[in-house]
Amino acid sequence: MFNQLQQLKQLVGHYNKTANLTRLFVILEVIMDIMIPFLIALLIDNGIQAGDLNGIIQYAILLIIAAILALVFGVLGGKYAAKASSGFAKNLRQGMFYKIQEFSFKNIDKFSTASLVTRLTTDVTNMQNSYQMSIRIALRAPFMLVFSLIMAFSIHPRMSLIFLGILPVLGTGLFFIAKTAHPIFKRVFKTYDKLNNVVQENLRGIRVVKSYVRENFEIDKFQDVSTNIFKNFVKAERIVALNGPLMQFSVYSSIILISWFGGRMIVGGSLTTGELVSLITYAMQILMSLMMVSMVMVMFTISRASADRILEVFNEELDLTSPKHPVTTVKDGSVRFEHVYFSYDEEAKNYVLNDIHFHVNEGETVGIIGGTGSAKSSLVQLIPRLYDVTKGKVLVGGIDVRQYEIKALRDAIGMVLQKNVLFSGTIKENLRWGDKNASDEEIIAASKLAHADEFIEQFPDRYDTYLEEGGTNVSGGQKQRLTIARALLKKPKILILDDSTSAVDTKTDANIRRALKEKLPNTTKFIIAQRITSVMDADKIIVLDKGRITGIGTHEELLQTNEIYREVYESQTKGGISQDA
Amino acid sequence: MPKLFRQNQAQTKNAGKALKRLFSYMTAKYKWLLWIVLIGIIISSVVGVAGSLFLEILIDDYVLPLVQVDNPDFSGLARAVMTMAGIFLIGVFATFVFNQLMVIISQGVLKDIRDDMFKHMQSLPLKYFDTHTHGDVMSHYTNDTDTLRQLLSQSLPQVFASLITVVAVFSAMIMLSFTLTVVVIFWLAVMFFFSGKVANKSGKYFMKQQQALGKTNGFIEEMMNGQKVIKVFNHEEETKKEFDKLNEELYEQASQAHQLANMLMPLMGNLGYFQYISIAIIGGIMAINGVGGLTLGAIASFLQLSRSLQGPIMQVSQQLNAVVMALAGAARIFDLMDEEVEVDEGNVTLVHARFENGELQETAERTGIWAWKIPNGDGTFTYKQLLGDVRFENVDFGYSKDKTVLHDINLYAKPGQKVAFVGKTGAGKTTITNLINRFYDIQSGKILYDGIDIKQIKKSDLRRSLGIVLQDTHLFTGTIMENIRYGKLDATDEEVYAAAKLAHADGFIEMLPDGYNTVISGDGSSLSQGQRQLIAIARAAIADPPVMILDEATSSIDTRTETIVQRAMDALMQGRTVFVIAHRLSTIQNSDVIMVLEQGRIIERGNHEQLLAEKGTYYQLYTGGFEIEAM
Repeated sequence: MFNQLQQLKQLVGHYNKTANLTRLFVILEVIMDIMIPFLIALLIDNGIQAGDLNGIIQYAILLIIAAILALVFGVLGGKYAAKASSGFAKNLRQGMFYKIQEFSFKNIDKFSTASLVTRLTTDVTNMQNSYQMSIRIALRAPFMLVFSLIMAFSIHPRMSLIFLGILPVLGTGLFFIAKTAHPIFKRVFKTYDKLNNVVQENLRGIRVVKSYVRENFEIDKFQDVSTNIFKNFVKAERIVALNGPLMQFSVYSSIILISWFGGRMIVGGSLTTGELVSLITYAMQILMSLMMVSMVMVMFTISRASADRILEVFNEELDLTSPKHPVTTVKDGSVRFEHVYFSYDEEAKNYVLNDIHFHVNEGETVGIIGGTGSAKSSLVQLIPRLYDVTKGKVLVGGIDVRQYEIKALRDAIGMVLQKNVLFSGTIKENLRWGDKNASDEEIIAASKLAHADEFIEQFPDRYDTYLEEGGTNVSGGQKQRLTIARALLKKPKILILDDSTSAVDTKTDANIRRALKEKLPNTTKFIIAQRITSVMDADKIIVLDKGRITGIGTHEELLQTNEIYREVYESQTKGGISQDA
Repeated sequence: MPKLFRQNQAQTKNAGKALKRLFSYMTAKYKWLLWIVLIGIIISSVVGVAGSLFLEILIDDYVLPLVQVDNPDFSGLARAVMTMAGIFLIGVFATFVFNQLMVIISQGVLKDIRDDMFKHMQSLPLKYFDTHTHGDVMSHYTNDTDTLRQLLSQSLPQVFASLITVVAVFSAMIMLSFTLTVVVIFWLAVMFFFSGKVANKSGKYFMKQQQALGKTNGFIEEMMNGQKVIKVFNHEEETKKEFDKLNEELYEQASQAHQLANMLMPLMGNLGYFQYISIAIIGGIMAINGVGGLTLGAIASFLQLSRSLQGPIMQVSQQLNAVVMALAGAARIFDLMDEEVEVDEGNVTLVHARFENGELQETAERTGIWAWKIPNGDGTFTYKQLLGDVRFENVDFGYSKDKTVLHDINLYAKPGQKVAFVGKTGAGKTTITNLINRFYDIQSGKILYDGIDIKQIKKSDLRRSLGIVLQDTHLFTGTIMENIRYGKLDATDEEVYAAAKLAHADGFIEMLPDGYNTVISGDGSSLSQGQRQLIAIARAAIADPPVMILDEATSSIDTRTETIVQRAMDALMQGRTVFVIAHRLSTIQNSDVIMVLEQGRIIERGNHEQLLAEKGTYYQLYTGGFEIEAM
């Protein structure tokens, strides 16, 4: 755990100065904590036992000063610890968030959204606590241990040998506890994930569960997992629960031994009553600090899982980076695929895209059509280099996309993803994602092109209408038109619409396409669609089937030559009616 | 996203109730263990206090008398020490026992609560899931249960042990010296005064921290969801900037809150020293002046006692926050458990049947014939064949009482008919189908299923008779095989293959490296939306229900595949009633009846040709004059 913490500190930096101040005050407080029992021993022996009122007052004043100092140091230590640990958490969050911003699509695919959110929230909180412990308690406890031992020895070396006898016993016991419990805890947390997964899936799929009347099936599934958690947790916690009795055993043994030997020594005159009381206080402090060490160890065990999960984000290798000497401008919107093969997983046996080869001139409109799973989306995602090809080449403006600066390439390409997202904020704010300096006129112009203006104007607040997270307060078709307008504001050289008008009615769909054709003659347009009417009038239509191109051509050509295309066409036009018969 | 901390205050007052209920969980199964734990805690605490008092007896009675003696006899001392060692051993043993038992009790109670919570959740009406975000419900299983774990396994035993210790220590103190006890009480009051002030102030900052945390979490969640869009728009820098702002704010609040919280420990601890010092001074003066008959041993013991008071008090003050938080969590959990369950007053059940001598007979095996088993009230039953005749008679419905969504719906689906619903988003198409399987209950009117009011049919049997495929296909973590088998748990592998084939899912499944054994995660992100729909259709097909509801079931499947799937489904559903919702009109053209809905009313009905001839809304939809939008 110290290891992971160290790595993270180096990765994101931390409030080193503040942390050091914390350490300083923690040590000072410990010194005071050590002094006080010593002073009390003097007070008892030289004051009370001697019956010396002046002595009592003298030591009392010293004691009060020590206590005030201890208080001040303690408060300051706590203050700086809070600052340093909150700061460390801030840096961690920032570092991770920044790193995620660098992620490629492939990286994003690897982590689920939910898991990234947990890493940025719960896991960071765990680390914040661990960090605070590492600069406070994890420092205080060993110091306390050492100082208390030193003091005990200085009071009475022979008596202090008792500690040397008991410490190894306790230490071994605590070590054994932490060592055995850790792997079980690790298992427990894995099972926890499983439990949460079952709940989450049931929440999302409650309609499925209910309509299949599978409540009892799900309850059994849940109980399997919860029983598993119960068993493992009991196992782990029973081991941890040995801490208490072990601790008590050590404390009591020390008291008994100190009492026996101490009593004899007092009688023999080689120990005072005050010293005996102090020794017992030190005994408590020594054992308490060991206890704290073991507690810290348990806590660290728990947060180690968090540290690992955070490190996973930091250590995620970015697989898409700009080259050293990148091309920074995209000359034109021509696109060329040269024998492209692609798979999401390098180890996969089958390619998702096979030998894709075609050329598109600037300003052309390309329709892509194909069945479910024919890899239409995969194909267009290679153009803005959202993924890298496995074999072959994708050229934009005559240059391999891997030679561009990624930002420049993507700035030149407007893409509307199939699973698109609007963000909470006004419509205007959302559209400005395309161009943050867009004037109101430009925004309206783009919206008109996407046929979004007509419904935006109907909202009472028009372009200042507030969209809820995910755009849940507009309909599917409206959402799609907004995302098209957003992409248009980029004034892209290449526009990619990945099934972006599926929820828009045919007439509006046609109007949007006509507008794009007329108003953006120099923009190369890729249109993926289910509806054949959406691609019919394209300059080129690519028919994909299971990752291969089975035909390229115009509507008329493909009707003649491509059987799949013809079938789709028929199924969508007269097909429906002929089935009736 | 203020949902994270909405609850806090109001529920504090439920804390008492929650605690009571928590105890009832503990006593339900672990009554005897709990008694043993209780006794263990008492023994352990008393032994602890006895340890402090031991010092007085030791010094006053066994050590000091020997100091002046020439040949001291240590046998008394040895006996005393041995006795004490014996008592200590009992204490250690008691601690061991109650700690071990407490683990079992607390984990057992947690398991029971989790199981009960899940069980209860499964019986809640859909309305509950509509009105609560998943995050909210999830947090019952994560955050709330976690705090509960803390409470049960740590806080409660600790607080209880501390209280016992405090009582024991105070009794011992009063026995030793009343005056010094007053001094202790004075310092305790001071400690509570200051720490109360600090805790109060830090509590305010913690509230603010939670607010900032909620905001930041909300932002993170939204951005992580839209991460791909961020990439496509090169929006990384802007996002970072906005994040930094929220992060900074969170840091400020968290730092303030923790600074104050961190003051508590040193404050309590060091004020403890002041108490200690005052006792030494006052006790010393009293001893010197011979007031109150204080002996040196008594002072030593008193000092020791005042130290042992320190521990429990600090523990209680530290745990108090955790206890309040955990009880609030427990209250939230119990709130979930108190949610009203779906009512089911139906007593008509669904059974397999076969005809014997022209009469319907109940049978255990699947015959393909289903029958409603209607109790006659005198122990006998009437059987009625399930045909799939569904009627709505003057049905009104609203998700909330004050807003009616469906108005006066009358419809009649004859057995074997394909009935389609068409209309804009929000017109009430899905709502109608949700009423048939009683996801929601109607406000007025009647829904009859083969002539039986659906309210009289047992809900589970009603639902079993209806297969539903939704637009949002929900698959579960597991293999594809398991997911398809979800429709019929005892299906053979062959049946699964057949169902997949029927749904045209077999093609892509076989392409996967592990075929049917491919493990998919719940959100099935490795599969396309269309592929997931095909699996969902296979799942419905294997269940082989007498009546089927397809709610945009093929919306993400390409039209060519859809045509094929549709044809297969039509074949499957031959002679059975089907309800179809689709925004693609080609999907529903061959329906027997098409209902056009607008704002919760059926405005047109008829088959494709009739409706086209009517030149009404359907005609306009078909010719593209109107927009139908799918969410």
